[in-house]
Amino acid sequence: MIRLERRPETSRAMLWLTPVLALVLTILVGMVLFAMLGKDPLQTVAVIFVSPFSDLYNLSELLVKATPLILIAIGLSLGFRAGIWNIGAEGQFTIGALAGGAVGLAFHGTDSLWLMPLMWITGCAAGMAWAAIPAFLRTRFGANEILVSLMLVYVATLLLSAMVTGPLRDPDGFNFPESRLFEGSAAMPLLMEGTRAHIGFFAALVAAFMAWLLLGRHVVGFQIRLLGEAPRAARFAGFVEARVIWFCLLVSGGLAGLAGLFEATGPVGQLVPSLPVGYGFTAIIVAFLGRLNPLGIIIAGFVMAVTYLGGEAAEITMQLPNAVTAVFQGLLLFFLLGMDVLSTYRFRLRRRVRAAT
Amino acid sequence: MASVSIRVYCWETMTAPPLLQLESLTRSFPGIVASNQIDLTVGQGTIHALLGENGAGKSTLVKLIYGALRPDSGRMWFDGRPYAPANPAAARATGVGMVFQHFSLFEAMTVAENIAVALPADLAGSDLPDRIRDVSASYGLVLDPFSRVDQLSVGERQRVEIVRCLLQSPRLIIMDEPTSVLTPGEVERLFTVLRKLRDEGRSILYISHKLGEIRNLCSHATILRRGRVVGTCDPGAETPESLAEMMIGNAVRRHIRKVQEPGAVRLSIDHLTLPAATEFGVSLKDISLDVRAGEIIGIAGVAGNGQDELMAALIGERRTATPDAISLDGAPVGNLGPTRRRAMGMAFVPEERLGHGAAAAMSLTENTLISARGRRRLARRGLLDFGAAKRFAAEIVSAFNVATTAVTRQAGSLSGGNLQKFVIGREILQEPTVLIAAQPTWGVDAKSAAEIHAALDQLARAGAAILIISQDLDELLSISDRFAVLAGGTLSAPRTSADVTVTEIGMLMGGAAREQQDDAA
Amino acid sequence: MELAVNIILGMMLAATPLLFAATGELVVERAGVLNLGVEGMMVIGAVAGFIVTAESGSHLAGITGAAIAGAAMALLFGLMTQVLLANQVASGLALTIFGLGLSALLGSGYSGLSIPALARIEIPLLADIPFFGPLLFRHEPMFYLSILLLVLTGWFLTRTRAGLILKAVGENHDAAHAIGHPVVLIRLLALAWGGALAGLGGAYLSIARTPLWSEEMTAGRGWIALAIVVFAGWRPNRALLGAYLFGGVTILQLHVQGLGIAIPSQYLSMLPYLVTIAVLVAISASPSRAMLRAPGSLGRTFHAQG
Repeated sequence: MIRLERRPETSRAMLWLTPVLALVLTILVGMVLFAMLGKDPLQTVAVIFVSPFSDLYNLSELLVKATPLILIAIGLSLGFRAGIWNIGAEGQFTIGALAGGAVGLAFHGTDSLWLMPLMWITGCAAGMAWAAIPAFLRTRFGANEILVSLMLVYVATLLLSAMVTGPLRDPDGFNFPESRLFEGSAAMPLLMEGTRAHIGFFAALVAAFMAWLLLGRHVVGFQIRLLGEAPRAARFAGFVEARVIWFCLLVSGGLAGLAGLFEATGPVGQLVPSLPVGYGFTAIIVAFLGRLNPLGIIIAGFVMAVTYLGGEAAEITMQLPNAVTAVFQGLLLFFLLGMDVLSTYRFRLRRRVRAAT
Repeated sequence: MASVSIRVYCWETMTAPPLLQLESLTRSFPGIVASNQIDLTVGQGTIHALLGENGAGKSTLVKLIYGALRPDSGRMWFDGRPYAPANPAAARATGVGMVFQHFSLFEAMTVAENIAVALPADLAGSDLPDRIRDVSASYGLVLDPFSRVDQLSVGERQRVEIVRCLLQSPRLIIMDEPTSVLTPGEVERLFTVLRKLRDEGRSILYISHKLGEIRNLCSHATILRRGRVVGTCDPGAETPESLAEMMIGNAVRRHIRKVQEPGAVRLSIDHLTLPAATEFGVSLKDISLDVRAGEIIGIAGVAGNGQDELMAALIGERRTATPDAISLDGAPVGNLGPTRRRAMGMAFVPEERLGHGAAAAMSLTENTLISARGRRRLARRGLLDFGAAKRFAAEIVSAFNVATTAVTRQAGSLSGGNLQKFVIGREILQEPTVLIAAQPTWGVDAKSAAEIHAALDQLARAGAAILIISQDLDELLSISDRFAVLAGGTLSAPRTSADVTVTEIGMLMGGAAREQQDDAA
Repeated sequence: MELAVNIILGMMLAATPLLFAATGELVVERAGVLNLGVEGMMVIGAVAGFIVTAESGSHLAGITGAAIAGAAMALLFGLMTQVLLANQVASGLALTIFGLGLSALLGSGYSGLSIPALARIEIPLLADIPFFGPLLFRHEPMFYLSILLLVLTGWFLTRTRAGLILKAVGENHDAAHAIGHPVVLIRLLALAWGGALAGLGGAYLSIARTPLWSEEMTAGRGWIALAIVVFAGWRPNRALLGAYLFGGVTILQLHVQGLGIAIPSQYLSMLPYLVTIAVLVAISASPSRAMLRAPGSLGRTFHAQG
């Protein structure tokens, strides 16, 4: 019979192979799905994976989508490595947008180089504060951070809605529940005129680089990895678990808040109740797809961006429902998790060695 | 009529087969023959001791009898019929029951529920609580079927295990180190139960290393050493000394370390008292000990007597209420964490190498970072110096003969002995002034163990103070200058290793329980 | 009087989907598995129930279809976590994301359609009792089903041998395995049950409550169900209390507006989530209260060695 047996050493080859395998399997299953929906599978796959690269504007849109995904996933990956599950990045994203955006709206009309950086700092700090809640409740009371951070997502979304329909509503906006547009020094500087790609992309790259440095070269990174691998050894090494929890949650909250601020003042351009579109959750997939590794996350972020854009294109040109993208992403994560077992275990045929005498 | 029954009686006593008979039973694992041509005979209605030190092969033998393992060769008979259980359930069905040393109970469930889960469905009917009460009452094992297990004391939990076993009507009951967790009073109560079972015609295979109890309770004993049977006897007819001699061997390993004049006191443990961290833990009570430069002190004792707690307190994973309960060169360290203690010159080798001393999925290079960041300057202002770490790892590998292809290999890929050499090497090469090691050669092959002992000796000669906590008396006698016994959270006065006699060894081996029994008497 | 009846009725109806999902997840967690994919299973049940009812015209078929769909999703999770030993947290999230996406995909042709409403069962005579009549005896079948399943689950866990073994597996899977019980099989069965009930909870929303389908109509109820299981201390009778508490808070915000209190509705909508957090903290802060202990093996991966 076939059994699973632990490998003596984690297979490095498998670690990098499994995301590729998972992607291939997802595409195959996706093709079956498209056929079942009555669409030509090959053509659909081509639309999804080729059209995002078809022109400069589409390429810029890839950057637009990849930026928040990478930024958030980098922060999440630190915690995930340590066994700290921040599932509420979506809420931290929202609060960051709300707080930073409020600052921008408060100074509406002023033209100052300092406004944008101030908004960035506010957005980041607000995200950190929102993540500090599960950090505090976990370290002080032992409350599970998964459920706490998740509940706060709903609270954040409702808070955004309340603010945008109330105090932050655009007075010249005909009573629509939306804020003023972010203009002038309150709008994110663009990478390219005529596109929506903004300099937040550099922030994502910088964050990835810093995470790479941290994990690879810094004691704090080592603490994170050791806590995830061998908690007893982490205590033996003198590392304090509570500090790692605070660090990981604050960093991921801050990055998520920053991503939210970028999104609101950049591509979206204003505060609206529908600002949170699920980047905080998709970033979880990006983190796993990228093997919790900064370089992998950059690649995975772009792969996800392709599925977003490709999905939108397929929706338009092939009349596929929008939900196809979410299905694709869910499948990808499933296959990845299912294949993950191959890095730590291997299949072995076990024969009965001994008979009772 | 009368003459017929007498004849029948005589016939039965003459031809009643032994309850359990093993012939040339052998079982190996990679690298070790755990059971080597074992012959064993357990009669009807007897309490039979299985005696031997840690590592003698008792637990493998018992797993073979209980059906948890299958032998490579040899045969077994139960009640005269061939006996070869495919699994523990088959063994239970034949009439062999076992009470484990480490209970497998379900904390949040009641006694009755715990027992019901372990019994086959037809025995776990609605009358179970009543049957539990009956069995408890008839054997004096007081139990309330509806109390929750997590509210029970350790002695009461053992009663659950015993009642669970008895409800399946076993003919042979195997008890594995049953008194290691009991108070003296509970030990006496247990013995009453066992004698009653014996009087009913059942037999008990009693595994222990406690000579006093065995002499008290058992009518027969089989002694194992290094996987072989080295003797059988009637314990009552022997003295503790002769039993100890059979167990340890005539050539008691004499102290090999030349005692040198010890220097100043390096590590001072002063009235250390620490409450147990968990329900199963042991509280440390008023422990005092000084370790001087150049000397090796051993702390002996069977597992579960406070070793884990003591180690945690010494490492700094648990802080003491008073800082000067533990002092290093006069400076109090009881309230400091492991990193600060290491900076001051302490080094530690914990009992569990994978998961505690080293991380299995990390490379040897990365594993140096666990404890050597400070003293080998592997981290400066937060940044890790991987070049230095790699060089350090290579130094350890070469100095301590660690068999591995590269320092980039994961720690989990090393064999037990090699990993232990690496962990010890990592600590020794940091040139600590105080080294504390728990079970330094447990599960390690003989050659590596010898290398480790030599390294510890060398470190002491260089002026370090070394404290070794070990269950292996052999080891302690051969490399320590003095040693003390940890029992029930208290530490005895240290004795000089060179002067210890076989009698004292025997006392120590069975010592703790016996002294406690004497106190209780 | 009328208002009181309406409020309580609203509370009961709001609690029903939560009760379904919580009852199911409770069994799963008692067996030692943490399935965060409840939201995904609920929404799949909602869309499956709606589609099957719309296509077949039979509510019964729809309800059955919802249960099967939910169970299938749960078994997918079971395959990943019990056989392929994948991380339980990530797998549960994957299930939710996949479920939300798949349900939106499958339901895309059905939004805007409506199906005939589920007829109420009026128990003769009893339904005419003032106050209690409309409250207890004039509901559509799924409401009664939710209570029935809760009672059944309670009976199963406390009075049957199979329930005892399931609890043992959740408490200490190594000990249960040593005794010889099939840990993986038991967990898969528990997961199937949990998935089926979550599916029913979702179907309640799309068939009974409002005979409509819309994307993400579960609106986070799956997550609240997870919180209810913790609040309930993993016991069915407290799950009932929890479901009603959270259902009540949800309803409260609707009526407070009607009572003329000028708080924007969003703040009131936050209440269920904030209460959940408060409850989680209260429970975690006093783990010594033995009654509220989590099953010992909850969330830990089981790998039989040899």
